[in-house]
Amino acid sequence: MDVDVLIIGAGVVGSAIAYYLAKTDLKVAVIEKEEDVCTGTSKANSGIVHAGFDAIPNTLKAKFNVEGANLIPKLAKLLNFEYKQNGALVLCFDEKLRDHVEDLYQRGIANGVKDLKIIEKDEILKREPNVSEDVVCALYAPTSGIVCPFGMTIALAENAADNGVQFIFNEAVETIQRVQDGWKVNDRYHAKVLVNAAGLYADEIHNQFVDQKMNITPRRGEYLLFDRSVGNLCSHTLFQLPTEKGKGVLITPTVHGNILVGPNAQAVETKENVNTTALGQEEIRSKAQITIKHLPFNQVIRTFSGLRATPNGFDFVVGQTADHFYDAAGIESPGLSSAPAIGKWIAQQISEQLDAKDNPHYIATRKGFIDVKQLSDEEWNDLIQQDPAYGIIVCRCETITAGSIQDALTRSLPARSLDGIKRRVRAGMGRCQAGFCLPRSMEIMQEQLGISLEDIQLTNSHSKLITSKVKEGIHDGKQ
Amino acid sequence: MENNKQLVIIGGGPAGLAAAIGAKQAGIDDLLILERDHCLGGILNQCIHNGFGLHTFGEELTGPEYAWRYIQQVKDLEIPYQLDSMVLDISEDKTIRYVNATQGVCQVHAQAIILAMGCRERPFGSLSIPGYRPAGIYSAGTAQKLVNIDGYMPGKEVVILGSGDIGLIMARRMTFEGAHVHTVAERLPYSGGLKRNIVQCLDDFNIPLQLSHTVVDVHGKDRIESVTIAQVNANNLPIAGTEQEYPCDTLLLSCGLIPENELSAKAGIQLSKITNGPIVNELLETNKEGVFACGNVLHVHDLVDFVSQEATKAGQNAAQYILNHLPETQHEIPIETSGLIRYTVPFSIDPSRMDDKQVIRFRLGNVLKNGYVNVYIDDKRIIHQKKMIRTPGEMESIVLKREWLSDATQSIRIETEVA
Repeated sequence: MDVDVLIIGAGVVGSAIAYYLAKTDLKVAVIEKEEDVCTGTSKANSGIVHAGFDAIPNTLKAKFNVEGANLIPKLAKLLNFEYKQNGALVLCFDEKLRDHVEDLYQRGIANGVKDLKIIEKDEILKREPNVSEDVVCALYAPTSGIVCPFGMTIALAENAADNGVQFIFNEAVETIQRVQDGWKVNDRYHAKVLVNAAGLYADEIHNQFVDQKMNITPRRGEYLLFDRSVGNLCSHTLFQLPTEKGKGVLITPTVHGNILVGPNAQAVETKENVNTTALGQEEIRSKAQITIKHLPFNQVIRTFSGLRATPNGFDFVVGQTADHFYDAAGIESPGLSSAPAIGKWIAQQISEQLDAKDNPHYIATRKGFIDVKQLSDEEWNDLIQQDPAYGIIVCRCETITAGSIQDALTRSLPARSLDGIKRRVRAGMGRCQAGFCLPRSMEIMQEQLGISLEDIQLTNSHSKLITSKVKEGIHDGKQ
Repeated sequence: MENNKQLVIIGGGPAGLAAAIGAKQAGIDDLLILERDHCLGGILNQCIHNGFGLHTFGEELTGPEYAWRYIQQVKDLEIPYQLDSMVLDISEDKTIRYVNATQGVCQVHAQAIILAMGCRERPFGSLSIPGYRPAGIYSAGTAQKLVNIDGYMPGKEVVILGSGDIGLIMARRMTFEGAHVHTVAERLPYSGGLKRNIVQCLDDFNIPLQLSHTVVDVHGKDRIESVTIAQVNANNLPIAGTEQEYPCDTLLLSCGLIPENELSAKAGIQLSKITNGPIVNELLETNKEGVFACGNVLHVHDLVDFVSQEATKAGQNAAQYILNHLPETQHEIPIETSGLIRYTVPFSIDPSRMDDKQVIRFRLGNVLKNGYVNVYIDDKRIIHQKKMIRTPGEMESIVLKREWLSDATQSIRIETEVA
């Protein structure tokens, strides 16, 4: 395959780069080792669109964070993914640390964050009645938001696919050779420009071609996800002011009405250590109770962890670091918020270098997945008339229909695993965690994709759900 | 589409079926069962083992056979039902909104409603077990559906966490299908399942049941490869040094059932923190007039026979309500519990409306050996019942006679007494 640009990695950063490059006439492909977009760091994070007060001024983190946070609301409208500007509070529980709140305020001003304000206990408790009485003051950032990290990544990638970007899944990058007019990857993909958006593994690719070596440490963050039944615990994203004991954990609503608590931060040995630990869970529970004293832990529906790609050099590594080789590496927090700005900037650089023109057939918008809960009865009925599958509820907890699951399986960038369906339309994301809908979703996959139940995967090809038929032979009527 | 019904029953499992039959036979013709699945019978359809119906029919039936006897009656009595129909919400004035593929979104107003939505299994996610989140982890009921209905094996090397009845049944079922069930770990010092299931499903197949043990780590990033099981102390914390790793490709969970009351909660029905089901009086009526509850949505049962009995009552009571035969409540006496008694159903009794013999069902919070269950009416002990063993896994009951109570009765108290 011959392309102008090959992007390694289909996380939020790779997808954002693909999205912006799709606006041009360049031929673009994305290569991804897993079965879908958004399977690594992009799927397991806090889902916060940071206002930009935290990053050190004049760093790439600060620049891309503030720009990205401005882009996300616009992209959310254009590409139909869920975003909400809910505001954030950085809570201070120690009078002696009031100066640190002031420092954070000044840093935010330096970074160009709008409408920042320091508020006192009374106003905090008025806004967030469940916050501990021990709170002293807080930095209030009204421009902070929350986003569905899967929704955003999938929307960017799907629009890129709609506009001709090719996605290659289930293929890890094994070999990269520099050839006369560009690059050769895995001996079969030829590209003029190579983009490294390989997340946790970006250092391994970077170090092959760039003199200034980098090292990425996987830093694990664990989370607790609470049921929507307690979704009104708080409405803002509640950070804790960092103290000498550490950064603290956050409590935030999600765009889907759950409550998310976490993350802690622990350097781990391998880039596959996405397990949760008893110690980590305990740490989050005890720290979170500084913010809200009586957290309803019996309403936790899932615990999970994600890995941050923490670079040794502190700042993001973004730009053309070798000839016709672009890095988007070391993208740790605020990576999700920064991704669109990183994508836009890198796409611009590449477009100039390759003298790209506009894509003449560019489709600017993307249809979102239908959430029947958001429809009026009339609208829903019209939909069922067109496609009766929208009248069949498969996931009871989240009210997800067979129609939505079929939609997820037939898009330009279709779901190919149960997790892929879950990340697109939320089937199995609710309180029963797919206990009821799993067999139904599997049946729909079987019908829609024309595959055997034994071939259905939770995530990648090593995660099959069924090992065999019961009593071999009964299915085909043989004795 | 909007219409009116005298009675709508939400759920066509064992509770909904018996409730509908009870109501129909008590004179209600204008009724409707709403069932979300493709067929009536609920979870019984996947319970292909026998042991159902001993109390009701005096013989051992399989789940589908037991269900069929009720489905047949529903058909004979021409009770209308609507399949593949999901109830979305219940309004203040008892209008039920539901959806299906043929009628779309519908509204039906009911004079009375019977909640019979059943329960769901406690999922892996809510257990906060450390480790990976790979494929191969199923709640026992989900695995039961895959094996019994769909004809597929979720795995061959099995560890089971939790000793609820479905987990025990699945230990035997997976063994029958050629799987190797390594162990059943139960975090509590006693099993949550029926004694007969422990004997017939584990002991008979030499499957070890490890009490006070739990899974403390899950290994395998893509498909489960092994679990670590450790003993827990009295505070439920793992004891260091007792960890043992079990290679497996499947982890089944049977860690408790949760009455499915999201609809009830949305409709403003008061729920008990102990049962997770509605708080009901002697008529099985919730705090919302004309809304009744029965079966596993009310409290988790061990035997379907008791579900049918309870649901028949709920159906009859709903009929009396619709036909205006119910006297106004005079004097509702809450049933107080102490000792090991976790709860009772009903939660309260009005002597003027109770049956001559009112069954009070309850569960214990721990094992009681050679102990007593005592019932006091106005501090006078009227029941003093000894039993060799009572366990949390088996539902208990006592019968209160109306003659013992009067309008002057102040209190009813039920307690356990250690021998």
